[in-house]
Amino acid sequence: MKPSSYSKKRNELLSSFPSFIWLVILFVIPIGVIFAIAFKAADPYGGIGEEWTLSTIKELFNPIYPAIFWRTIYLSLISTFIAILLALPVGYYIARTGKRMREIFLVLVIVPFWTNFLIRIIAWKVLLHPDGFIKKILVTLSLADPNSILLYRPETVLIVLVYSHLPFAILPIYAAAEKFDFSLIEAARDLGASRFQAFRKVFIPGISSGIVAAFIVVLIPSLGSYVIPELVGGASVEMIGSKIAQRSFVDRNLPHASALSALLMLAVFIPLFFAALWQRKAALTGKVK
Amino acid sequence: MDFLIFENISKSYGSNKVIDNLSIAVQKGEIFSLLGPSGCGKTTLLRIAAGFEEPDSGRVILDGQDITNLPPNKRKLNTVFQNYALFPHLTVRDNIAFGLKVSGFSKEKINDEVERYLDLIQMTDHASKKPSKLSGGQKQRVAIARALINKPDVLLLDEPLAALDLKLRQRMLVDLDWMHDEVGITFLYVTHDQSEAMSISDTIAVMNKGRIEQKGTSVEVYEAPRTSFVAAFIGDTNFFDGEVKSIDGDYCLLSVESFPDIRVYNDKAVKPGGKVYLSIRPEKIGISHNKPSEEKINVLKGKVEEIIYLGSHTKYWISVNGFRISVIAVHNTFMLDIKEISFNDEVYIYWSLDSCYMLEQYKEEDEALLTLPDDEILDQETV
Repeated sequence: MKPSSYSKKRNELLSSFPSFIWLVILFVIPIGVIFAIAFKAADPYGGIGEEWTLSTIKELFNPIYPAIFWRTIYLSLISTFIAILLALPVGYYIARTGKRMREIFLVLVIVPFWTNFLIRIIAWKVLLHPDGFIKKILVTLSLADPNSILLYRPETVLIVLVYSHLPFAILPIYAAAEKFDFSLIEAARDLGASRFQAFRKVFIPGISSGIVAAFIVVLIPSLGSYVIPELVGGASVEMIGSKIAQRSFVDRNLPHASALSALLMLAVFIPLFFAALWQRKAALTGKVK
Repeated sequence: MDFLIFENISKSYGSNKVIDNLSIAVQKGEIFSLLGPSGCGKTTLLRIAAGFEEPDSGRVILDGQDITNLPPNKRKLNTVFQNYALFPHLTVRDNIAFGLKVSGFSKEKINDEVERYLDLIQMTDHASKKPSKLSGGQKQRVAIARALINKPDVLLLDEPLAALDLKLRQRMLVDLDWMHDEVGITFLYVTHDQSEAMSISDTIAVMNKGRIEQKGTSVEVYEAPRTSFVAAFIGDTNFFDGEVKSIDGDYCLLSVESFPDIRVYNDKAVKPGGKVYLSIRPEKIGISHNKPSEEKINVLKGKVEEIIYLGSHTKYWISVNGFRISVIAVHNTFMLDIKEISFNDEVYIYWSLDSCYMLEQYKEEDEALLTLPDDEILDQETV
């Protein structure tokens, strides 16, 4: 190694040291604590007991959990795929449109964030209420039975998950599309590709880094979502986030909540790990700058 | 046979008329160059042929079929883009195979063809590399193979050598010419570089302001430029403003600047009193210490202002009555034995009556064209 690259490396280490310490104190240690608490006994007053135990971990094998975990994972995955599928044409369109329109569209994507998240979810509840706006329209169009219930169904949770995470999918995909060289689409069309073939064979691989980013930033909050299943899913569409909240706020059993959190965290780490591997591979082969 | 025909094509962007009622025909199998400065509409015309732009009016006809409204993927035309536009996520091999793959050919057929074209461009050893690992010349060759493998009726080349350095450009020109002979496909070649166009083309169309100024072989556009624009854009030339004094059979007598009257071959419909441009290529002018005695020449007397010796030829600037005339003496004799012309010498410059060329009549708007940027790489249209 040349001295110059050695000192560069040293400078990198020095300058990243403060943020590294910050992450260790506020991120790595708390996660370690959560994992540790999972192996502690619960205290009858809502605290954490002294002795170490495996009983909490054993409780995770309670048959109610696999169903909830499975529901959490498939709702999150499906909502992530739908969000990305919707975000792709949107990102493509925003990147191709003129500068003025582009700014307007980007503001429109961000505007929902100006309203509190909780309010927006409650708004969905109002819309989907048995006497609500959407229900009335569907009944008038005879698309829904007057006695049917729109709320508290997995599909509803899915729709609201997609709704609330769509901007997180659009933004990274737009960012990648904006850097995409659209003359490549022309080249593909020139070589005989249809519009759709050019989109699929050239545009999508060209913005793969944005798609991976969108996947991560949508999947992770979906897996941990608690307000959405709680409000529009109710008791019949529980996700793991609702269970964690229930264990810590209602049952006041922190070790149990910790064990569930730790399990969820592992579920998050695994896709993240593979995504990072994929991105690194893509970067090495020159796909991502 | 007229193979690719542009018929009364017009195209505007807003109030900017890029192509102005242009009609031109490309013959089957030839290398046809569209030559012109930035913003003359040549790239737009190419994009209209490829299907990326729609003309406001007019038709594009390929092999007897009207293709004006066909999408790019339905046209038997393929493009070599200025920036190559290679797919960065695909290897050289997959880039070349792209066209055949989307057309749904069998795997064996695709593999065979790709190997053949990899061999044609001598890139077999680099077939598994990504475009980012290739040099400019290699990218260029891949871009050409990727287009040629689809066996287009016409290959469109948009400033294909603009991004390469001079040496490589010269080599690629030879390669292109060789590939053209090999595959026998019609080439439509867009460039702003006159030497590129002259060395490769069967036919050159010089474009300016959305119109064709002149169409002809390299020799025709160089030796007999139809307009002052063509004369100025292709090669170097000396321009003079002249006025017709009298017409005498095949020749006419011009009064030019403050020179003695100049006699020039007359192939234009001019009348005495008409204002004309006169173009004399520097290499057509002879230079000598002694007054030349030949017949049928124009002779001027001047002083040597500048000499640039370039080995194969020497450039002189001769001041004649305060007017600078550029002269190129091509050396086909051994120069050490020749009495040298040196700075400040009084010399005679002379040229045959037939080697200067009278251009069309003087137009005010042409004035601006005489100061041309000679190697502007960036084409405004492509930005």
